Amino acid sequence: MEQVLFYILAAVVVIATIFSISEKHAVHAIIYLVTSFFALATIFYLLGAPLVAAFEVIIYAGAIMVLFLFVIMMLDLGHPENVPMPNSRDWWPALLLGAVTLGSLVVLVAGRSPLPAGNPGGITIRDFSVMLFSKYGVAVEIISMQLLFALVGALYLGKRRRSGMRERNGSCGEKTK
Amino acid sequence: MIVPLTHVLILAVILFILGLICVLVWRTNIIMMLIGIEIMLNAAILVFIGGANHWGAADGQIFSLMIVAMTSAEVSLALALVVYLHRRKRTVNTDEFNSMKG
Repeated sequence: MEQVLFYILAAVVVIATIFSISEKHAVHAIIYLVTSFFALATIFYLLGAPLVAAFEVIIYAGAIMVLFLFVIMMLDLGHPENVPMPNSRDWWPALLLGAVTLGSLVVLVAGRSPLPAGNPGGITIRDFSVMLFSKYGVAVEIISMQLLFALVGALYLGKRRRSGMRERNGSCGEKTK
Repeated sequence: MIVPLTHVLILAVILFILGLICVLVWRTNIIMMLIGIEIMLNAAILVFIGGANHWGAADGQIFSLMIVAMTSAEVSLALALVVYLHRRKRTVNTDEFNSMKG
């Protein structure tokens, strides 16, 4: 039952991602990507990581994608007729490189012996939390500092500079003030 | 382990290649390039989760959490850059961003 569910969800993830990257409307692409992330979170749950599944939904689908939507709406990018569409000259090198990588994967998988058996022990949230705050406590501190630096950097970039901006985009800059 | 680790890795590789194709195809649109990077990072998270499940160790789950935190920092900075560049040039087309300082 869980195996069948895994393959169905894998198909959902791949199809939603394909729709997302071939969509010319940026908002539709984000919505397809949220669908893909929900299916991926369910796959994480099936693979024994309920906490990561919850964070995937909360942070990825909830926060990051909404941030993308905010930026798209704020900059008014939701007009696909203004966006240059990739033509076939853009598509064929990307598809060729992807096909080469996928082909090498298939050759690799077909020609090797099965992986050594692992140690299928369940990971409880208690194990996860104890290891996170004891063995990897320094990493948590570093990540928190990284988030702080990103916050400072985003504040600096978002600050409106008076000089040099006004003569560049005169009336537009005045309008958004 | 409900499915072999190989199948999880194949799914992750397919996702990674889709993200790579997204970055390569939409290399004139900065928003779609960021979406491609998100897809690739999700493939990396999937590899970590599959490994953690296969070997029964919590380290993979911890590092997937680190990737999520790193991604949120990266996306906030990148979107601040997009807003800044859009304020300067009124576009998100990367071909227009061809000059430094002025």
